[in-house]
Amino acid sequence: MASTPIKQVTGKGVYVPGDDIDTDRIIPARFMKCITFDGLGEYLFYDVRKTESGEDKQHNLNDPRFADASILVSGNNFGCGSSREHAPQSILRAGYNAVIAGSFAEIFFGNSTNLGVVCVIASDADRATIAAAIEADPSIDVTIDVENLKVNFGEQSISCEIKPGARESLLSGNYDPLSELLEGAADVAKTAGALSYMQA
Amino acid sequence: MSKSLFEKVWDAHAVRQLANGQTQLLIGTHLIHEVTSPQAFGMLRDHGLKVQYPHRTFATVDHIVPTNEAVEPYSDPLAQGMIEELRKNCAENDVTFFDTNTGKQGVVHIVGPEQGITQPGTTIACGDSHTATHGAFGAIAFGIGTSQVRDVLATQTIALNELKVRRINVNGDLLPGVYAKDVILHIIRLLGTQGGTGYAYEYAGTTFDNFTMEERMTVCNMSIEGGARVGYVNPDETTFDYLKGRPYSPTGEAWDAAVAEWKSFASDEGCSYDDVVTIDASEIQPTVTWGITPAQGVGIEENIPSIAEGATQSDRDSIAEALEYMQFEGGSAVKGKKIDVAFIGSCTNGRLSDFEEVAKFVEGRKVAAGVQAIIVPGSQVVAKIAEAKGLDKIFVEAGFEWRAAGCSMCLAMNPDKLIGDQLCASSSNRNFKGRQGSPTGRTMLMSPLMVAAAAVTGEVSDAREVFGFAPVGV
Repeated sequence: MASTPIKQVTGKGVYVPGDDIDTDRIIPARFMKCITFDGLGEYLFYDVRKTESGEDKQHNLNDPRFADASILVSGNNFGCGSSREHAPQSILRAGYNAVIAGSFAEIFFGNSTNLGVVCVIASDADRATIAAAIEADPSIDVTIDVENLKVNFGEQSISCEIKPGARESLLSGNYDPLSELLEGAADVAKTAGALSYMQA
Repeated sequence: MSKSLFEKVWDAHAVRQLANGQTQLLIGTHLIHEVTSPQAFGMLRDHGLKVQYPHRTFATVDHIVPTNEAVEPYSDPLAQGMIEELRKNCAENDVTFFDTNTGKQGVVHIVGPEQGITQPGTTIACGDSHTATHGAFGAIAFGIGTSQVRDVLATQTIALNELKVRRINVNGDLLPGVYAKDVILHIIRLLGTQGGTGYAYEYAGTTFDNFTMEERMTVCNMSIEGGARVGYVNPDETTFDYLKGRPYSPTGEAWDAAVAEWKSFASDEGCSYDDVVTIDASEIQPTVTWGITPAQGVGIEENIPSIAEGATQSDRDSIAEALEYMQFEGGSAVKGKKIDVAFIGSCTNGRLSDFEEVAKFVEGRKVAAGVQAIIVPGSQVVAKIAEAKGLDKIFVEAGFEWRAAGCSMCLAMNPDKLIGDQLCASSSNRNFKGRQGSPTGRTMLMSPLMVAAAAVTGEVSDAREVFGFAPVGV
């Protein structure tokens, strides 16, 4: 469905270090016994944040200095593993609307984009610079400029990448493809009609 | 122009190009389960939409089903609520549901093939990343998120970028005691967890030519663990022999027409690939993961790497993190790690041939004291055949628990979970932190027979030694 175009995202940042942060880490499977996505925000990075007895661990995500953060900064291959949309849903519902990583797993990236969670790629060195800047001053604004492929923070600016299709979808507000897919119904029927296994 | 199977199937299912450059792709076959579909049905209701092609969606229940509890209501009310929601959604939308009382229920990636729903030259999607399993039949099959499950229900299509194709040739005979599971763990070890991002993997070579369908499924299943959303094997006589006579397979004249059509989808000789990797089958050893990603694996005779062995700082950080979580010493032997739990099952290795192979060797042996060993059939069909062959009795006699069909301990959305920092030898597909239900639980991935060897010795072992195989090289 057409939504508001996302030309840029601005917020405070929080650094979640590590490569290969998988979807079970983002939200453990045991919290997914649900029939709606409501309430999943509570379990974002649960085992990263909590001890087995449920107490807070020492972690940026528990640090009050980063309590207002809405942009995650992380490592390579972020979101690998499951196709479960519960992962980006929990990110969104915990109040984050963008992730800056070294790379993204493909299904996670697609799921996030469909929800309007902006996922951009930045180099290891540039992410280290952002992480250092928000550590030094958690109150600085981080702005992801989707249009110009930049991340601006404090007085600094770095380049970022985003898949071409996803960038256009965000800029046009058509990142949720449903209405466009529905418009193709007649063409879908034609394609389906040519395939023997599709016949009822 | 010669084309790969991927390109042919893509072209046959491409509906049109979307404004952002993506393709609207027809999904011929849609498989759903209880975890990732209820929210999609909810979105459909919110938008006032109906299921557009209900005869092309098939449902089963697998993740939350308790495998040690036959009667509803289940003791977990959340699980009960999820199965009831799926029942309601299927009934209201005329979707076929292989429910627990049909004799056909099981893990979605085992049910599709055994019912003959999974066919060559088709597109298949499921809200589950292990959907690439179906690629074993020469289908283009991939995992999708719940918003895309909604899209398929409402339009039978999704918006997708075309993938590149990497052909992975494995040639030659596998050594005794080396299985399809070792082949995919080896491939992921070589190419890494993100090596396949943006690619479909075409598995080929004489090793794959000689594989059974169940072996091909084991490899395709774990494509996503190497970052590849799609993995497939070109269809051949092995594929057609498997499909003949299955409930949803074509019959009579339609069968012959279907086989001719299926053959036409196979990659053309000499078609071009974006990348080609070739592996000698004899290099592959029984492989065991020691870390927290499926790429962190070693041959059973090898040592776990030390931090210093990492080529880059990022590698060294990953090794350090994995060693700390797994409580292993860098440089120590992988062999001999004491296990607490042995799990044989899952969409990777929960098929009849997996259980037949294990039964052959554990008959007359006993699970080591202090080890909990469970064997979970991937479907009710698998369970029934295994029981008719008496495999369940062999397992129970040896000290394994024989369960009902489901995902069980692969992902701990049901009562089967690790406790504390238990170490589990597992035939499943993911060794992520906390994957098996305990935030500190530890998983080592390996073939079913290697799990059986660990179960009877109580530690990670070389199945070839435990079960008296011919020594390597003889």
